[in-house]
Amino acid sequence: MKVLVAVKRVIDYNVKVRVKPDNTGVDLANVKMAMNPFCEIAVEEAVRLKEKGVASEIVVVSIGPKACQEQIRTALALGADRGIHIETDEEVQSLEAAKLLKAVVEKEEPKLVILGKQSIDSDNNQTGQMLAALTGMGQGTFASEVVVDGEKVNVTREVDGGLMTVALNLPAVVTTDLRLNEPRYASLPNIMKAKKKPLDAMSPADLGVEIAPRLSTLKVEAPASRQAGIKVADVAELVDKLKNEAKVI
Amino acid sequence: MSILVIAEHDNSSLKQATLNVVAAAKAIGGDIDVLVAGENVGAIAEAAAKAEGVNKVLVADNAAYGHFLAENLGELVAEVGKGYSHILTSAGTTGKDFMPRVAALLDVAQVSDIIRVESADTFVRPIYAGNAIATVKASDSIKVITVRPTGFDPVAAEGGSASVEQLDVVKDAGLSSFVGEEKAKSDRPDLASAGVVISGGRGMQNGDNFKMLEQVADLMGAAVGASRAAVDAGFVPNDMQVGQTGKIVAPQLYVAVGISGAIQHLAGMSDSKVIVAINKDEEAPIFQVADYGLVADLFEAIPQFEEELKKVL
Ligand SMILES: Cc1cc2nc3c(=O)[nH]c(=O)nc-3n(C[C@H](O)[C@H](O)[C@H](O)COP(=O)(O)OP(=O)(O)OC[C@H]3O[C@@H](n4cnc5c(N)ncnc54)[C@H](O)[C@@H]3O)c2cc1C
Repeated sequence: MKVLVAVKRVIDYNVKVRVKPDNTGVDLANVKMAMNPFCEIAVEEAVRLKEKGVASEIVVVSIGPKACQEQIRTALALGADRGIHIETDEEVQSLEAAKLLKAVVEKEEPKLVILGKQSIDSDNNQTGQMLAALTGMGQGTFASEVVVDGEKVNVTREVDGGLMTVALNLPAVVTTDLRLNEPRYASLPNIMKAKKKPLDAMSPADLGVEIAPRLSTLKVEAPASRQAGIKVADVAELVDKLKNEAKVI
Repeated sequence: MSILVIAEHDNSSLKQATLNVVAAAKAIGGDIDVLVAGENVGAIAEAAAKAEGVNKVLVADNAAYGHFLAENLGELVAEVGKGYSHILTSAGTTGKDFMPRVAALLDVAQVSDIIRVESADTFVRPIYAGNAIATVKASDSIKVITVRPTGFDPVAAEGGSASVEQLDVVKDAGLSSFVGEEKAKSDRPDLASAGVVISGGRGMQNGDNFKMLEQVADLMGAAVGASRAAVDAGFVPNDMQVGQTGKIVAPQLYVAVGISGAIQHLAGMSDSKVIVAINKDEEAPIFQVADYGLVADLFEAIPQFEEELKKVL
């Protein structure tokens, strides 16, 4: 079966984010960018399904500026077979991303679409669910285990009270949580091989989707910063402070 | 304006988060209806009807909603919600699961995880793991919103007297089914709404050592949380993870034990009123946000903490 994986280029998770002085956004000039960590987990899961003989082909898609091709190449080096780049320099919000991915799903007809549960920049946690709704598919969000079984997929989900398993008809959408797998690193020979793998570029217009954001960001500010407090000498002083100064016990 | 709040519950009781979401709805202003969807939810509907500020409770009681499958809830809420100006629910795992489906079915954007209401169409939400705070304006005619409960003080659970109306809308998309669940059982307070949280990190070394934290938690009536590292290592179950991609907590007192203080962890607890850090590394970043820091080996400090607490509690 064919598996489609969506990946997003985001600020590297180790980078300390800084808000621009004019409050229009965060400063992305000259910062390290990388594949969103949850998308890495999505790619890894697809590759494992291929290694198990469950997946036959892995198509990886990314939406965004030219530079996204770096993340597509990374996915190809990790084991995806071919890439699709939907190129746009405009800000793409979750609903439009879902519409673009829907167009790709209609062309490619994958049995399984795997996405990260959220991107660590906008922290929205929406695109996979929106894609599932628009394509009429079932969804297994926040997955910690994915087992394909004939025409169904069983997804174990990380939920507030613990774990919950659902069975979904295929085709289906899965979004990844942290415990699904531990992504591998790409080897140098595979990075070289990835350069020769096919990568198609297209525009949102080619897919018949108009980019028309419904949300506008009025301002972006730094959070109120917490002042570091004091160091206490020992446990007795700690308990005394909690009781008599902070009055929280 | 008319606002539909989707109640969060587990088919046995109304979750406090629902009261926080009603508070967010009040901040927007307008009539507030609450939809309770689930199975055998009569008592929950009664509880929702007593919440302050609620106009009407709508009840969708059917096996199709018993396990909160997003495919079914999404269709239900999109249908019931299309006559409202705002649809709100809490940003717990259930809300995060079904709400974007509602937005997509209505062809509107979703505003996730709001912590403040500026006006009926403008909301404040953290992005980049809370390292930036965005003010966003939504232009769609229906605003679909998930609310971070810690951003809003709950309305009173008692005092209201809303009418209760049964809906007979049954939406079974037939795309998904419930297979099973592993629910962590605990007599301790719910992590997301506890007044005191004590969390352990990789420094705890194993799951057994969490018993030390549990003993302290029981003395203080606290919930026990964890860092991602402690969950990944298998010390404790996933539902205890606090952070950007786990639970967001803002208790009166948060005690971080053997946790370094990575930004992804801070994203989940830095709004706590008082933060205590116990860590043997005095350079650990957690001390930069802690009101009271104790540089110590936790294996010595925690038993002492328990003894000292026994003296004063
Ligand atoms: C996409 C993504 C999402 C993430 N989401 C989350 C999230 O939601 N929540 C989260 O917590 N993390 C999250 N993380 C992980 C985060 O980056 C850190 O790796 C994690 O928080 C570290 O956990 P820790 O502090 O327990 O472990 P460590 O960083 O290893 O720190 C252990 C600490 O214990 C101290 N220690 C060790 N032994 C003792 C002792 N005997 N006595 C006292 N102190 C001791 C050490 O000094 C150290 O400071 C995420 C990461 C990514 C990439």
